[in-house]
Amino acid sequence: MTQLTDLGVAAIRDGFRDGAFSAREVAEAFNSAVEKGRGLNAFLVETPELALAAADSADAARASGELKPLSGVPLGIKDLFATKGVQTTAGSRILEGFTPPYESTVSGNLLAAGAGMLGKLNMDEFAMGSSNETSGYGPVLSPWRRNDGGNAALTPGGSSGGSASAVAARLAPGVTGTDTGGSIRQPAAFVGITGIKPTYGRCSRYGMVAFASSLDQAGPMARDVRDCAIMLEAMAGFDPKDSTSLDLPVPKWEANLSADISGKRIGIPREYRIEGVPEEIETVWEQGIAWMRDAGAEIVEVSLPHTKYALPAYYIIAPAEASSNLARYDGVRYGRRVQPEQGGLTDMYEATRAAGFGAEVKRRIMIGTYVLSAGFYDAYFNQAQKVRALIARDFENVWSECDLLLTPTAPSAAFALGEKSNDPIAMYLNDVFAVPASLAGLPAMSVPAGLNDQGLPLGLQIVGRALDEQGVLNAGLALEERAGFTARPEAWW
Amino acid sequence: MSNYRIHGATGEWEVVIGLEVHAQVTSRSKLFSGASTEFGAEPNAQVSLVDAAMPGMLPVPNRECIAQAVRTGMALNAQINPWSRFDRKNYFYADLPQGYQISQLYHPIVGEGVIEVLLDEKGEGSAKRIGIERIHLEQDAGKMLHDQHPSSSYVDLNRSGVALMEIVSKPDMRSPDEAGAYVRKLRSILRYVGSCDGNMEQGSMRADVNVSVRRPGDALGTRTETKNVNSVRFIMAAIEFEANRQVDVLEAGGSVVQETRLFDPDKVETRSLRSKEEAHDYRYFPDPDLLPLDLSDEFLDECRESLPELPDAKRHRYQTELGLSAYNASVLTAEVETARWFERLLAATGKAGPEIGRAASNWVISDLFGALNRLGRTIADSPVSPEQGAQLLSLVADGTLSGTLSKQVFEIMLETGHDPARIVEERGLKQTSDTGAIEAVIADVLAANADKVAEYRSGKDKLFGFFVGQTMKAMQGKANPGVVNELLKKALG
Repeated sequence: MTQLTDLGVAAIRDGFRDGAFSAREVAEAFNSAVEKGRGLNAFLVETPELALAAADSADAARASGELKPLSGVPLGIKDLFATKGVQTTAGSRILEGFTPPYESTVSGNLLAAGAGMLGKLNMDEFAMGSSNETSGYGPVLSPWRRNDGGNAALTPGGSSGGSASAVAARLAPGVTGTDTGGSIRQPAAFVGITGIKPTYGRCSRYGMVAFASSLDQAGPMARDVRDCAIMLEAMAGFDPKDSTSLDLPVPKWEANLSADISGKRIGIPREYRIEGVPEEIETVWEQGIAWMRDAGAEIVEVSLPHTKYALPAYYIIAPAEASSNLARYDGVRYGRRVQPEQGGLTDMYEATRAAGFGAEVKRRIMIGTYVLSAGFYDAYFNQAQKVRALIARDFENVWSECDLLLTPTAPSAAFALGEKSNDPIAMYLNDVFAVPASLAGLPAMSVPAGLNDQGLPLGLQIVGRALDEQGVLNAGLALEERAGFTARPEAWW
Repeated sequence: MSNYRIHGATGEWEVVIGLEVHAQVTSRSKLFSGASTEFGAEPNAQVSLVDAAMPGMLPVPNRECIAQAVRTGMALNAQINPWSRFDRKNYFYADLPQGYQISQLYHPIVGEGVIEVLLDEKGEGSAKRIGIERIHLEQDAGKMLHDQHPSSSYVDLNRSGVALMEIVSKPDMRSPDEAGAYVRKLRSILRYVGSCDGNMEQGSMRADVNVSVRRPGDALGTRTETKNVNSVRFIMAAIEFEANRQVDVLEAGGSVVQETRLFDPDKVETRSLRSKEEAHDYRYFPDPDLLPLDLSDEFLDECRESLPELPDAKRHRYQTELGLSAYNASVLTAEVETARWFERLLAATGKAGPEIGRAASNWVISDLFGALNRLGRTIADSPVSPEQGAQLLSLVADGTLSGTLSKQVFEIMLETGHDPARIVEERGLKQTSDTGAIEAVIADVLAANADKVAEYRSGKDKLFGFFVGQTMKAMQGKANPGVVNELLKKALG
């Protein structure tokens, strides 16, 4: 018999509903997997008692015939989401010990849909990173290893690295992630799972610790497209507590899932063919194009002329917003406080922030402060905002030629811990394919497409029009069916 | 036009003044949170998660505050910007939980407008138009408490996030009197509109005072900004001190430093707080948590329709419709409570405005105001109600009371709070027009003063008043003076 932890969200939901197992059995199985998986450092907080409590409610609900959409499904929650009564640190030491008296809308929606919480997932500090190495609580390890016989510890990607590792290692059937410039999609690609960042505004940002407000979006990460559709449906929805959330009904994404994409026009943006990108990325992209064609889609070459300015613009806008969003971590009201002897208020600010923030967060606060300073604002921030508008217009224009875009998710497979941590620019380049859709606020998904020569997963990205999550999910499903990705890391942890 | 000049040792100087008035918006809850705005609560009793800038909290604009700013703009004949936006003003201080104040730098909600002030209440000839540059909405900060602990400061966040309107004038004022008249008029309009209670003692209204001096006709001089001055008297004193100080500096061969100063009401002087070089770099940028405000025509109509009759319109109407003098109209419309009281009084008389208006206005301004002054009360807690005042006026109008008697009755009303009709009834203060009784008294008076009668008849007309006085005295003031006059003339031949 397959282990319960081998099941995804849909399989657990359905099997539980049909009486194949109890919710408690499921919760116990995952609780135990979480415990055994501690070597991956994926969880910052484990909450087995909460998973069991939700499971018991689900079992009771099944007995009384009052099942909810996610009854019986235990999930992991990225530590960027405030969880009532459970420590929430956003991966930062400055929030060590902070236990919010409130629940983020997204995690609250999942719990209200009957899901249980296995724990809080490790992440890059304040979601700033692409390898999980900036976490204040140590890096997450990928469950994957290269097939070269070496034991190099690999990154699960970032910033949703704990989320990615947890799903890939079967510590959770599904998890929440957040994506500011690729933080769902890149880790999903690195560990061979599926993740979708919906249209900006689909998911409320209320209670989600802010990195860059105009870019941050929550989304699900799970084993396949259907699981993502199920979770996203529960997570999304208008929230009056977030002015930027979209006042639209949540579509029935799961019910309308269909791998039939015949007649859809799939755009292949020529600007995404970048010098220096390894051959294997080209190859998997070509493979993806062939699968799309096989699914009956029409392939069109398109142009997004401002693509090369996306990354620089992103690395101005995101740090600018972050420098302001992170000003509240000042030691006055909550979180860490370092009060030097005889020191005044300014000394307390300096000591608190020096001790509480890691190097990457400090770097981005400084970049952000710089680009907003008098005399530099127009040259950097304003210019970046203009570029952002042009990038959004590129996408607007391209939708007259195609319905969806197909690109690689990341410019490489997972790299080893330490390999890029001293080279911020190389690290930032990880986001090169992910960032344009973030700047334009578009739905984008990563689907596993195969393994490279070293036996590591590679992902393909599908980008759609604003609000066309259905189109993205359907194309993802068509890809998934053809890729038949079943590889999984061997448990060594 | 003002001829206010500072007479320096080297000649005359003109003073140029601009004011930034911070007015607390009257609203039940704060600008971006649901916390109460009521004054006088226990420290930190009115603080929401948003006001305390907890991680992941988001601002949501309060429609009521937006409407108040728009209504204020409309009352100041200002341009309303249907599209405006919030910006973040970044700086660190312990009373600013977010580490930034949400304000409107680049696109304020209200643009240029104008206020007309009368420098002399007796006539329109003294009217001066003072330009409004803009009005923007912003959050107030909390309050530091420095005297609660030997080595630390406490912070009270009750005010944190309360909505303020910053009303910025053009540098159109030329004397302390003009500035005083401007602030009083602005306060009056805000109170009419109901968008600010104008309570300067509680800090609901305070002004930053910009002052510069120049030789008449020259270009503008360098200005200083004196922060947070909280009464009309202090504003005028600050201007006078600051202008004289600047003249002294310039005449001594120095130059005025552009700087922020504070006003010391005890020493009646301004002192340097920080110079331009030490000024903060606030790194303003559009708040990414908030969408731009896009005001619908419907909303604007709603705001317009909810505006009451404003002081200028009322003043003109009192003159043209009620036949009031310019002075009376001006005095009665200066404060909304006075105008409301006066209008209730008119309505309670049941008479047409022009018939009773003048008498009513004279009574309010001389008798009622005189009494309130004496009692140290305001019209809001007048011991005499408008209905009682109306009854008194009616008793005069129908001849029941003479002017003298009415003053007597009014004094008794102030003491007892009784209705005038009851007082007249109980104390027999009714005026008599009984010709028989009056004729009898006249006969006695003439008989007792035969010598004066002879003098009168030989041409000393002035003695007529003496006979009136004697007659009235003999009748204890209750005789109808008209009838007395008539009968005396007849008796004296």
